[in-house]
Amino acid sequence: MNFDFSDDQKQLRDQARKFLAEKCSPKAVRVVLDGKTPYDKELWKGLAEMGFLGVAIPEEFGGAGAGHLELCVIAQEMGRANAPVPFSSTVYLAAEALLIAGSDAQKKRWLPAIAAGEAIGTLALFEGKGNPSPKNVKLTAANGVLNGVKKPVADGAIADFAVVAARTGSSGREGDISLFLVDLRAGGVEVKSLTNLDPTRGQAEMTFRDCKAEPLGAAGEGWSILSQVLDRAAVLCAFEQVGGSDRALEMGRDYALDRIAFGRQIGSFQAVKHMLADMYVSATLARSNSYYGAWALSTNAAELPEAAAAARISATQAFQHCAKNNIQVHGGMGFTWEFDCHMYYRRANAMALGLGSLSYWEDQLIDRMRKKNAA
Amino acid sequence: MNFDDTPQEAAFRETARKWVKANAPKEFEEELSKSSLGRIRLAKHDIVEVGKAWQKKKAEGGWACLHWPKEYGGRGATPIERVIWQQEEGVYGKLTQPFQIGEGMCGPTVMAWGSEDAKRRYLPKLASGEEIWCQLFSEPSAGSDVAGLRTRAEKKGDNWVVNGQKIWTSGAHYSDYGLLIARTDPNVPKHKGLTMFFLDMKSPGVEVRPIKQASGLHEFNEVYFTDVVIPDSQRLGAVGEGWNVSLTTLMNERMSIGSRLATGVPELFELCSNLMLEDGLAIDDPAVRSKLANWAVKSNGLKFTSYRAISALSKGERPGPENSIGKLVSAAMLQDIAAYAMDLEGAAGVFTGEAEEIARGQFQQMLLSSPSGRIAGGTDEILRNIIAERVLGLPGDIRVDKDVPYNKIPTKGR
Repeated sequence: MNFDFSDDQKQLRDQARKFLAEKCSPKAVRVVLDGKTPYDKELWKGLAEMGFLGVAIPEEFGGAGAGHLELCVIAQEMGRANAPVPFSSTVYLAAEALLIAGSDAQKKRWLPAIAAGEAIGTLALFEGKGNPSPKNVKLTAANGVLNGVKKPVADGAIADFAVVAARTGSSGREGDISLFLVDLRAGGVEVKSLTNLDPTRGQAEMTFRDCKAEPLGAAGEGWSILSQVLDRAAVLCAFEQVGGSDRALEMGRDYALDRIAFGRQIGSFQAVKHMLADMYVSATLARSNSYYGAWALSTNAAELPEAAAAARISATQAFQHCAKNNIQVHGGMGFTWEFDCHMYYRRANAMALGLGSLSYWEDQLIDRMRKKNAA
Repeated sequence: MNFDDTPQEAAFRETARKWVKANAPKEFEEELSKSSLGRIRLAKHDIVEVGKAWQKKKAEGGWACLHWPKEYGGRGATPIERVIWQQEEGVYGKLTQPFQIGEGMCGPTVMAWGSEDAKRRYLPKLASGEEIWCQLFSEPSAGSDVAGLRTRAEKKGDNWVVNGQKIWTSGAHYSDYGLLIARTDPNVPKHKGLTMFFLDMKSPGVEVRPIKQASGLHEFNEVYFTDVVIPDSQRLGAVGEGWNVSLTTLMNERMSIGSRLATGVPELFELCSNLMLEDGLAIDDPAVRSKLANWAVKSNGLKFTSYRAISALSKGERPGPENSIGKLVSAAMLQDIAAYAMDLEGAAGVFTGEAEEIARGQFQQMLLSSPSGRIAGGTDEILRNIIAERVLGLPGDIRVDKDVPYNKIPTKGR
């Protein structure tokens, strides 16, 4: 059994950590947090130069052709650094949708641009409240044009293209949904930024009015493709969440060692020690579940749907738990804008909703476990 | 990243599998597979006798304590081979329950601190199950704070004379030897006045009394010592070094990897898949699904955490600290899951009989026995301290009795 990343992958993780420590300090994150720029353009360029954006994109499409395990270790570092860039929208969602369902021409058009840092992509799935479900897709596609409204769309205001889920039938089944690819610079889409929990990652509303779009994958296959994309993104996001959990736990631990109250380090009080021990427990469970997701993702195993749901739940809970209690360990200082705790708290809670809520994934996990048990 | 054996591991597994297939007591297979949640019982046989027979066979075939050196009754196997053996031993591993304290804690302590003569005399018989060992550490006034123990050992010529009382001693009623920590100097701070011994449990003055547990069962004992004589040759480590010696034992207790921790999740999943509630199957109820998903994820997390440790062993590395979460998570889950399963059963949840149509009363038994899991082998609170201090590097607790001579430490709260 070798349930671990390889030495090369660990080296890549160290390289990514070092790079992000230099280029993505909390100070740099705050430039985006304070609304001075919608994302860190310099960092995005740097990530492209390091080969991180295209690490899982095949060489024939301008990527490094490494693989998903390599992408997992980079994702973990992106989460740890709270990177204010459209990495998950572009790399986990848009690029993965293209890899699964794109035609050769579509891949050639967009994947090299993603790897080079020249195109930002996103997935336009949600239409207001609710979770991923075919019946929540109301936006229509007919005669090669889209009509309808999508929100929230992560990184929608800075995206160059979007993968859009649209209704192409009315049978009430999954086959009613098809995917489309939209060049957002070509017109027909009105994009409006909306304020959201985590200002370091923008959210937008997109209104499509007779917007020209080309099909991505076969008509009626949209939901099946989307399910695969969401499973893959769930694993990759889980690694970001694990990285974020680790960082929040470290911040809490460090503060507990530095801060003196009642004449002693607050980390010597059992109430604080036990809170931090419990954070370690959640982060460890999340990491181990995510490893299993990484294995399933990288081998395209039949276990991926179940593994992805478990990783998603475990990592979402861990990041929320660690980010919340990191503030608690910090006491009043943790509730100031000046301290960085709230940035992880915001990111943790925004990420918890991005691919569908916790209750959605709990539901999915049970369905998938039952399917396995029945088989 | 893969779940495959290396060629050497695969070959070892094949050898182990063939041996188990040819030698295991198959007549108990079904009964053992049905024993779950720590309830290992054979309807018509004594588990200790059946276990001894299996252990003896294993020793003859070279499969008992296989990670120990050959000269002490083992096979000289690597840590990963030990894990593979445990996987292949499968349900028959449940028969090793009477030997686990000896194999996991007493044996390694004798191995680390005993004389060559003692190792050759005692370890092979411990490994083969011919002699069973128990651990005599906890006392009525010294549980988590085991260094505060009161049992006295006084030097008389070449012997030590022991008086006092131990408690929570698993298996003392069928043990041949015991690993005993006692106070040899009450005038120095508590950690400094302890010494480790081993003794024949049939020695005059040793009295084993069963404890009827809150669960109604009897697995633990009290052990009383009245002028029990132990030869100085049965001392492990120097006089006053007992605390250090005990750490070997406790580290081994917490290092056991690959033993699957019971969480109750498979049992709860099965219950929910079959139990009809007012509006349909329990597993179709959103509230039930949410609970079940959360526990399933924790249980998977523990499983994959142990896989990570096994991978480290396979590469010849030391596993990281992540295994320290195992019992902390699983013991609390068992208790919570039991209570939840009974909640789903509604009014009928009060019945404990094995003839009950819903789940054969197993969750009720689990509820009653689960408090011990959160206490034995380190309470939840001690385990959180260990994670906080050894993994996260937080300061140790402030110990007001640290530099106080033992006989000056207060013994009553009020």
